[in-house]
Amino acid sequence: MSARPFNLRRYAGFFPLTLLCLVILYAPLLVVMVYSFNDGRSITVWQGVSLRWYVDVFAGPEAEKFKLAAWNSLSIAVMAAVTATMIATAASLAMVRGGAFRGKSASFALISLPIMVPEIVTAVATLIFFSAIGFKLGTLSILVAHIVFCIPFAYLPIAARLSGIEASFEEAAQDLYASRWQTFRHVLMPILWPGILSGFLLAFIISLDDFIITNFVKGAGVETLPTAIFGSVKQGIKPNIMALSTLLLLVSILLVTLSYILGRTGQPTKSD
Amino acid sequence: MTSAVGLHQITKQFGTFTALSDVSFEIADNEFFTLLGPSGCGKTTLLRMIAGFEAASAGRIDLYGTPIGALPPDKRPVNTVFQNYALFPHMDVAQNIGFGLSMLGWAKADVTARVAQMLGMVQLEAFAHRKPHALSGGQQQRVALARAMAPRPKVLLLDEPLSALDLKLRQGMRAELKRLQRETGITFVFVTHDQEEALAMSDRIAVMSAGKVQQIGTPEEIYQAPENRFVADFIGETNLIPATVSGNEAGLVCQMSGGTSVHAMATGTPPVGAQGMLSIRPEALQLGRKPSGGDQLEGTLQGLTYLGTDTQFEVALATGQSVQVRQQNTAPSGQMPAPGDPVFVSITPGTARFLVT
Amino acid sequence: MAAGIGSGRTVSSTFQPLRTWLLLPSWLIIGFFLVLPVLLMLVYSFLTKEFRGGVIWQPTLAAYDQFLFDRGLFGDDPPKIEWTYITIFARSIAQALGATLLCLLIGFPTAFFIATRPERTKAIWLLLITTPYWVNLLIRTVSLKFLIRENGPLNEGLLAIGVIAEPLALINTNFAVQLGLFYSYLPFMVLPIYAAVERYNFALSEAASDLYAPKWVILRRIVIPVVRPGIIAGCILVFVPSLGAFLAPDLLGGAKTFMIGSLIEEQFKGNAGNWPFGAAASIILLSLVLLALLVYARTQKDTRA
Repeated sequence: MSARPFNLRRYAGFFPLTLLCLVILYAPLLVVMVYSFNDGRSITVWQGVSLRWYVDVFAGPEAEKFKLAAWNSLSIAVMAAVTATMIATAASLAMVRGGAFRGKSASFALISLPIMVPEIVTAVATLIFFSAIGFKLGTLSILVAHIVFCIPFAYLPIAARLSGIEASFEEAAQDLYASRWQTFRHVLMPILWPGILSGFLLAFIISLDDFIITNFVKGAGVETLPTAIFGSVKQGIKPNIMALSTLLLLVSILLVTLSYILGRTGQPTKSD
Repeated sequence: MTSAVGLHQITKQFGTFTALSDVSFEIADNEFFTLLGPSGCGKTTLLRMIAGFEAASAGRIDLYGTPIGALPPDKRPVNTVFQNYALFPHMDVAQNIGFGLSMLGWAKADVTARVAQMLGMVQLEAFAHRKPHALSGGQQQRVALARAMAPRPKVLLLDEPLSALDLKLRQGMRAELKRLQRETGITFVFVTHDQEEALAMSDRIAVMSAGKVQQIGTPEEIYQAPENRFVADFIGETNLIPATVSGNEAGLVCQMSGGTSVHAMATGTPPVGAQGMLSIRPEALQLGRKPSGGDQLEGTLQGLTYLGTDTQFEVALATGQSVQVRQQNTAPSGQMPAPGDPVFVSITPGTARFLVT
Repeated sequence: MAAGIGSGRTVSSTFQPLRTWLLLPSWLIIGFFLVLPVLLMLVYSFLTKEFRGGVIWQPTLAAYDQFLFDRGLFGDDPPKIEWTYITIFARSIAQALGATLLCLLIGFPTAFFIATRPERTKAIWLLLITTPYWVNLLIRTVSLKFLIRENGPLNEGLLAIGVIAEPLALINTNFAVQLGLFYSYLPFMVLPIYAAVERYNFALSEAASDLYAPKWVILRRIVIPVVRPGIIAGCILVFVPSLGAFLAPDLLGGAKTFMIGSLIEEQFKGNAGNWPFGAAASIILLSLVLLALLVYARTQKDTRA
C-alpha cells in the first residue's frame, strides 16, 4: 500500500516501471560503452581496461574507411541541415504568420509528409525516381534525399518557437520604419534564433542518423557512417565498432544537451 | 481646424463578419482623441488601419490631407504604443528607443542625443542599459511611449496602453499622458474600453459599438447629452424609462408609461407621439419624503446600498419600473428612510434626456 | 479584434503577404523529391520487371498478382492463394502491434509518473527518456543485439548469479524484434501521453474519489478515458514506424521474423531484385500506414467535438 493513500497522483508500481524503462533504454548503451574499453580481441571475455580499440578506430585497418565515411556523414549532415533549416524557417513564417489561407492544411500535410511516410517507402520511391530521371547515385543523391526528410524536423521547433512570439514585435518594428528584411534581421531573428538553432541541430542529428534512405540512394562505393557500420556489423560485432559507437553516442548526447540548453535560454517570448 | 486623420466611409470585413461599417470622421491636429467602446466594437481595427497593419475593405484614410491607405506601416509617419508594449526583448531600453531613428537612417550621434532626450522626457535616464524584462510595468510603459515618440510622429496611436497597469499607476499615467500630449503637440489617437480613462484625458471621444460610431463629442457632451440609448447606457450609470413625447412646443414634455409627465431635453425636436426612452442619471434624482414642486415620481423605497461618499437607493415606482437614486452623504448620520417607506423622487431640471433610439 | 494589437496574435501583416513565396521552396522540394517519386513508385508497381533490377515500360498487374497468387513454377497452374507475402505482412502487423502494446504497458506508467513530478524534476526525467532516441538508431539496435545475444552480457550475468541455468534464447525471436522496436520508438509513446496527463485536471480524480471510487477504478474510469487522445496518438506514432521498420527485424530477428522492411529491401538489392514487386509492396505498406493515420485523424476529431 502507498504510504499516502490520498495522493491521487501516485500509483504503486509506476515508479518501478519507470525505472525499468530507463534500465531497458540505457543498459545496452552502457554495456557497449563498457565493453569498448575491453582489452581482448574477443567481445565476450573481459580482459582488462584498454584504449586499444579507440586507437584501432583511428589507426587500424578500417580507419581509412571510417574516416571517409565520417567525412561524408558530416558534410552531408551540415549541408542538409543548413538547407532544410532555411526552407523550414521560410515555411514556418508563412504558416505561423500567414493567418488562415487556402491550402494551409495541405501545406502542413506536405511539410509533415516526410515524417508520415515510412522511411523504407521514401527510400524506395526516391531510388526509383533517381533512376528514372537518370540522376547519378552518390553523395549528391544522398544530400537531396536528406534535405527532404530533414525539413519537417527543422520545421517543428522553429514553428513552435515562432508561435510563442507575438506578431506585435514585427508590427512594432515596421511601425518604427523597419523594412521587412530589417524586421526579420534585427527583431524577429534575434528572438527566434534558439528555435532555428534547435531545428538545425535536430535536422543535423536526423541526417547523421539515417540509415535506410541512405542505404538505398548512396550508390556503389559511397558510404556514410551508419552504412559503413552496418556493413561491418553484418560480419559480426567487433570491438572497434563498439568504440566507434561509443564515440558517436557521445556526440549525440553532446548535441542533445546543447539543444536542451538552447531551448531553455529565453523561453518563447511574450511581451509583458 | 486642421484635419490630422481623415476617415472616409471606412468598411472592414473579416470573412462574413463586418468589423467596421461605413465609418467617417475627422481627428483634428493637436487633439487628444479617444476611440471608446466595448471589446469587439472595431476600435482596435480602426487604429490598426491608421497604423497600416490592416487594410480597409473600402474607404479612404487621409493623413494631413494625403491618402495613406496604400502605404505599408514603415512608410507612414505615425507610431504606435502597443497594448503589451512589444518592447524588443533582446535590446536594452536605449536600443529600443533608438530603433526607429536608426531605421530612418539618422546618424549615430543624433540617435544618441535624441534617445537621451527621450529618456529624460520619461524620467528613465538611469535605466538606459536595462533589458525590458528587468523593468516594472510602469517603466516598460514609459519606454514604449518614448520609443514611439522618438521619431516625432505626426500622429501617435495608443492601443489600450494603460490596461496592463494596476489602478494607482494607471491614474498617474493618465495625467502623464495628457501632459506629454500638451507639451509635444502631437495628435494622440487613444483606444480604450475604460470610460473613466476616456473622460479624464480626451479632448474628444468617439463612442463605438458594433462597427459603427455612435457619437462623437467632448467628454461633457458625451456624458450629459448622449444621443442614443447605447451611449447613455455605456457611459456612466443611468435610469432608462420608456416614454412617449406628449408636447414639443415650449420645451419637450414626455409621458411615462404610468401617466406621469416630465420635462426633457433631446437632440433635435422629436415629434409628438414619438416613442423612446428617458435617460436620467442617478445623481440627477433627489429622494424626499414629501412631494415638492417640479418634475417628480412617486414610489416605494426597495433597498439602499451604503457606498461611503454616496448612498444608492433603489425605488420601485408606482408603474412597476424601478429607478436608482444616488445621493451624497452630507449629514454625519442623517435619518435614512427605511425599505418599504413611501418616497418621492424629484428630477433636477434640465437633466432628463429623451432618446429616440 | 478588440483584444488589442499585442495580445498573443501571431498573424502579422509583415509576412502575411509573402506567404506564397515563403512556402514555395517547401512545396517544390517536397513535391518534386517526395510526392512525385511516390507517384512514380505507384506507376512502377504496374510495370514489368527487368531481371537485373529496373523495369520494362510495359503495363502489367504481375507484381500484385505475385503478391496474392501462386501460379506454379511456370505460371500456368490454376491460381492458388499465395500465403508467403500475406504472412509477412500479417506478421509485421502483429510485431508492430506487439511492440505498441509493450510500449504502452511500460510507457503509460512512465509518462504518468513523469507528468506528476514537480516542475523542476519533470524536465530532467523527460530528458532521460528522450536522450537515447537521439543516439543513432543503428548503434542502439546493435547495442541491444550485443546485450541480449546468446553469450552476451545479459545471459552471462544471469547465469553467473544463478537466476537461469541455460542461456535465454532471446536473439532471433519475435520478442527480440519487439524489444528492438520498443527500444527504437518508446519516446513516441511517452511524449503524447505525458502531454495529455500534464493537462489532466486532478480535481476530476478528487471528485471521483469523493464519490467513493477506489484509486485504480479512478485510473480506469476517469484518467484513461480523459487522456485517451494522447494514448491513441502514442500508439499510432509507435505502430506506424514499427510496421515498416528495417533495422530491428534485420539485426535482432532471424528468418522466422522476416518483416515488410526486409522484404522490400531485398527487391532492390543485387540482381535477384524485382522492382515492380518492391514498389507494389511499398504501396501496400503505405496504404496500411495511411489507413492507420486516417483512423487516428478520425478519433482525434471525435474527441475534440
